[in-house]
Amino acid sequence: MADQRIEPLLAESARPGATAIPMPIAVATQKARRPNRWSGLLEREPVLAAVLLAPTLVILTLFIAYPFVLGIWLAVSDKVVGRPGSFVGLHNFQVNLNDQIFLRAFQNTFVYTFIATILKLALGMLAALLLNNHFKFKRVIRASMLLPWIVPTVLSTLAWQWMFDATFSVFNWVLMNTGIISRRILWLGDGTLAMGCLIAVNVWRGMPFFAITLLAGLQTVNPDLHEAAEIDGANAWQRFWRVTLPLIKPIMLVVVLFSMIATFADFQLIYVLTRGGPYSSTHVFGTYAYEIAMRAAKLGQGASISLFLFPFLLMVIVFQLWYIRRSD
Amino acid sequence: MAVRYGGPIKRAATFYVPLALMVGVTLFPFYWMVITSIRPDPELYNVRSNPFFTLHPTLKHFEYLFDLTLFPRWALNTLFIATVSTAISLFCGLLAGYALARLQFRLAPPLGTMIFITYLVPPTLLFIPLGDVVKTFGIGDTPWALILTYPTFLIPFCTWLLMGYFKTIPREIEECARIDGASRIRAMVSITFPLAVPGILSAGIFAFTLSWNEFLYALVFLSSPQQKTIPIGVFTELVRGDVFYWGPLMAGALLGSIPVALVYSFFVEHYVTALTGAVKG
Repeated sequence: MADQRIEPLLAESARPGATAIPMPIAVATQKARRPNRWSGLLEREPVLAAVLLAPTLVILTLFIAYPFVLGIWLAVSDKVVGRPGSFVGLHNFQVNLNDQIFLRAFQNTFVYTFIATILKLALGMLAALLLNNHFKFKRVIRASMLLPWIVPTVLSTLAWQWMFDATFSVFNWVLMNTGIISRRILWLGDGTLAMGCLIAVNVWRGMPFFAITLLAGLQTVNPDLHEAAEIDGANAWQRFWRVTLPLIKPIMLVVVLFSMIATFADFQLIYVLTRGGPYSSTHVFGTYAYEIAMRAAKLGQGASISLFLFPFLLMVIVFQLWYIRRSD
Repeated sequence: MAVRYGGPIKRAATFYVPLALMVGVTLFPFYWMVITSIRPDPELYNVRSNPFFTLHPTLKHFEYLFDLTLFPRWALNTLFIATVSTAISLFCGLLAGYALARLQFRLAPPLGTMIFITYLVPPTLLFIPLGDVVKTFGIGDTPWALILTYPTFLIPFCTWLLMGYFKTIPREIEECARIDGASRIRAMVSITFPLAVPGILSAGIFAFTLSWNEFLYALVFLSSPQQKTIPIGVFTELVRGDVFYWGPLMAGALLGSIPVALVYSFFVEHYVTALTGAVKG
């Protein structure tokens, strides 16, 4: 097509009497004009932005927005696997609120989230303060601290499950051989103890994330401030509380919120370690929704359970957005 | 914060002991994977034998894993799915991040907020309807079920991270190129993108490990043994009913962790940048 446009020009310039000069100029302007139709449009920022954002928006609409709407529909329907559902209003939610296992899962989700997050913050802060010193093999130790966070959670949780094994638990072996206990502890055999184990594994897995992000925060604190405070007679605790903490508060808050969302919506750790057992006493929203939707095939009922995650998530998101706006 | 310590004893009590404890607790489960995977069965299932070491190391559990399970197949599936979904997410995130960081258009602030919100949506909220969507598209029980759904949490992350990265690259560099006659797209692709390579690397490494480790979607969308990824395969195929094959399980857990650990160890700095960049609002 381009050649066709240039050809008449060539023909024209080849006419007797025509100077040789117009040809290169004509070709040059044609060359510049040809991509102009498209790229001229793309030079306009809103158009270019639309093109650049299109792939992202398509994927997020198809696999987040649409499933979200579908999830709300499922939650108010009696859909089961293999049969179309019909509208049942808030029936599923009523069923949930009269279900003892669901109420236990409700409570567990909050207990699990809050205790684990507080412990992760406290231990993560401690770890960050320790790692923010000068010592031998600092780089290697810092790097290895993150291992629990980067390996597949399922696989490390399997190792923990083996360590909590009813018969061959290494903890029992140590406790019995040192004479601390005389009978084996069934770590995952009792609801409360199992919840404690779940929290412990969650803290083990999530603490490095706190440690490394808080360490990054600590490294931005100007040492001069500490020296100034020290000269003014502040002890180590006062320096931490009055100087360090206020400075790293923003990053601390964001890490806590991120971790809370992830812990609140946790599935794999609990599903692998206890599968909600013993006697459905350690379910959280995620595992119970899976149990009902995938194992009992009640998709509608299951969707209504996972929707219970939503109000809490919304609260955290709104708070976070408000916080970002404010700090901007 | 430089904490000053008194004598060596005080320093040991307040620093070395806590540090050693912390490192010990952090790494112990990995030691446990290793030792379990090389101890022979008669030792593993004997309450009397000391579980912390073995005098008869064996590779039998690894042989079991490779000869009698589909582990090599799962490893290939995981690699394929993680690579392709990371590539898709980087492509989308790069373009979207550039648009949101650099271009002036009315919808930029609400779209940025929207992508940030999707970043916080956990898989647990959506897996049930998403299972339906995947079936409707006819990609259930295929790698594409994961390749197309992993970007839902990878793209927002990549976009967010790269947006922050683009903001650190001076606009003037691009403007110079444009004055010299480069089109907007050309300036973007050949000037700004190459400068963003460290950011792209960070986002890519992080995205790769996230998709390598994903569990819930893989559990729900895949059912045939030969389609599974490592986390799902090890978890579902090595536990038969109530019987746990601990030797092969730990061998599988170890081998499934090594690739991400290796990727991580080569790019620690990039990984940490991604991690800390990801949470900076």
